[in-house]
Amino acid sequence: MEMAEKEWSGAEIILKSLTDLGVEVIFGYPGGAVLPIYDEIFKQDKIRHILVRHEQAAVHAAEGYARSTGKPGVVLVTSGPGATNAVTGLTDAMLDSIPLICITGQVPVQLIGSDAFQEADTVGITRHCTKHNYLVREVANLSRTMHEAFYVATHGRPGPVVVDVPKDVQILTSAEFHKGEVKHRSYKPEIKGDFPAIKQAVEMLANAKKPIFYTGGGVINSGPAASSLLRELVRLSGAPITSTLMGLGAYPASDRQFLGMLGMHGTYEANNAMHDCDVMICVGARFDDRVTGRLNAFSPHSKKIHIDIDRSSVNKTVRVDLPIIGDVAHVLEDMLKVWKTSVHALAPDQLKDWWQDIQGWRERDSLQYKSSEEVIMPQYALERLNALTRDKDVYITTEVGQHQMWAAQYLEFEDPNRLMTSGGLGTMGYGLPAAVGVQVAHPDALVIDVAGEASIQMNIQEMATALQYDLPVKIFILNNEYMGMVRQWQDLNHDGRHSHTYSEALPDFVKLAEAYGAHGIRVEKPADLDKAIVEMIKTDKAVIVDCRVAKLANCFPMVPSGAAHNEMILPDDEEFQDHEGGAALV
Amino acid sequence: MHDVTLIDEKIRRHTLSVIVDNEAGVLARVIGLFSGRGYNIEHLTVAPVDLAGSESRITVVTIGTPEVIEQIKVQLDRLVPVHTVADLTEEGPSVERELALIKIVCQGTDRDEALRIAKAFRARIVDSTKESFVFEITGKTDKVKAFIQLMDDLGLVEVVRTGVAALSRGQKKL
Repeated sequence: MEMAEKEWSGAEIILKSLTDLGVEVIFGYPGGAVLPIYDEIFKQDKIRHILVRHEQAAVHAAEGYARSTGKPGVVLVTSGPGATNAVTGLTDAMLDSIPLICITGQVPVQLIGSDAFQEADTVGITRHCTKHNYLVREVANLSRTMHEAFYVATHGRPGPVVVDVPKDVQILTSAEFHKGEVKHRSYKPEIKGDFPAIKQAVEMLANAKKPIFYTGGGVINSGPAASSLLRELVRLSGAPITSTLMGLGAYPASDRQFLGMLGMHGTYEANNAMHDCDVMICVGARFDDRVTGRLNAFSPHSKKIHIDIDRSSVNKTVRVDLPIIGDVAHVLEDMLKVWKTSVHALAPDQLKDWWQDIQGWRERDSLQYKSSEEVIMPQYALERLNALTRDKDVYITTEVGQHQMWAAQYLEFEDPNRLMTSGGLGTMGYGLPAAVGVQVAHPDALVIDVAGEASIQMNIQEMATALQYDLPVKIFILNNEYMGMVRQWQDLNHDGRHSHTYSEALPDFVKLAEAYGAHGIRVEKPADLDKAIVEMIKTDKAVIVDCRVAKLANCFPMVPSGAAHNEMILPDDEEFQDHEGGAALV
Repeated sequence: MHDVTLIDEKIRRHTLSVIVDNEAGVLARVIGLFSGRGYNIEHLTVAPVDLAGSESRITVVTIGTPEVIEQIKVQLDRLVPVHTVADLTEEGPSVERELALIKIVCQGTDRDEALRIAKAFRARIVDSTKESFVFEITGKTDKVKAFIQLMDDLGLVEVVRTGVAALSRGQKKL
């Protein structure tokens, strides 16, 4: 701490701290308890403020910004409903380990606990859905707290941090300014992995007959270096690699060693390889239940290596043989060093049988679907979207449901930070605000929200944000008139009783786009699809594409809930054939 | 806080010491972790322990399988204001004590019997009227429980317990 002569108001301290911390954009919504901060925003031009239309969207936009840039996202909302509206976004960021700082206004210190107007116990409510949170009662602590909040959000396993600032603290003055690095009293995450363990991991990998890399969002969170180190190690090892939803793009989807996504809607080859492998190298993934399937049947014959920066991820659900606690990039760098300096050249035919097994599974072609000339198959729509955007600087966000899984299956992610999706929490309504955040960070890029007609309505109001800031986000709705994933489960598990999953009274999405001042396109026939996609890409403003797709298409392959990786439903399994025209599935 | 019968033989009772920053909400974080993730708390004590009052020591007695105990420790450790988590049960011999105040209301020979038992248990009388006693007893949880059980027949009306405080034996410092 340094003493300066001049005293600054709490609101000035917040803006100055944000500037010092390199913040360029705030996503927010004003209100009574943050008026002093908004007044300071008005007086400056270093930090851009994006006015959203709902506080939940502010958090998702900040998530999109953070995930596509690697920088922390910043949110500013008012007290009470402003803070409670942000809770879903904060929980989303918590589960997907997205670095965020959310500044919430609070009623003046003297009124806390009195049920004052727009008072909520924000630190109490957000304690469980943030990595950490602060209530700043003294303006002298404000600068230090801001810096500490950024430190906590971005170090170790990233996550959201709330800084709750009572209105009087925003007005009171102080000369206290934090300078330089934060030395936290208790939070000091480990970065470097244990070297003997790393050597042992390389040895296990080099001697494996059936190795597999299983990688997740931790690779992307670790930064671009982690992705390039991963690529190098995977290529040297000759091993196959599969990825979680959150990890897509860390390894190029088009590479022959990549088996596609694993898990509930993963490919046949990825899941079978996970089941049969002898050495599994889990890099920055957390053995989520959507990935493992039935735990007691999960990869029964393998030795498991787990690289993670969060010690609590190790042995949480799956026992591993060799944990390595550290940052992915640091650990992979050390693994590469060991690989290169020791005699770890693979025997010529060491992995031949393994790749033959994999080839057999690949030939099962688990992503096949019945094409149609009458109706647009959702898979086909995404294949065409993929083909027509390959040469573009493209970022994809998704909502949650079937379209999200199809996007993961049929869009090829070649680079990290290109897919923003709600993995852990599964938040419908994530995609559009996330796309807004991505487009703010990458104004010239092609940003597409792959959406469903149900999810998109959960934060459709953000169209106004996109238009206000001339953000040309593209919303590509796979409109099947159902909450498709829920409907699919009703067909699989509830005898086809479609209880409240049909989207009745849908808006006319073309007119809706136009009402917001955006461009609307409807496409209903496969023959017209390419034209619609090209028109979407070429339009220099926000676009909604209402892509009418087969109503009852199911998302396969699928590991049913509670089944093992090698007990998958494949698209050509007869009893699960979809019957366009209304017949229920068995 | 209640005693859970140890049905699964893999389930063990562990005493954890947690050094935390003495800041607002830190106890709520720790308790919230236990309730949010479905862990058990059998005993919980907390108080500032350094002279400046900047650090608190939480002693928590919990039960679970070895896997659950391991998760509890690493989950506690990743809370931002937590400095140290030590498993006193695992890391060698430790001493554990708790204090209880026990009020009984009785007359006649029951009073004599209560005094005899109190003497045997080295419980102190901290308050007495013609028809009541308040005993103070310090010791291991088992001893405290045994004393309370004996007092139950002699007019036990109220009990308050501090929960366990524990330290490792020897020169070792957390």
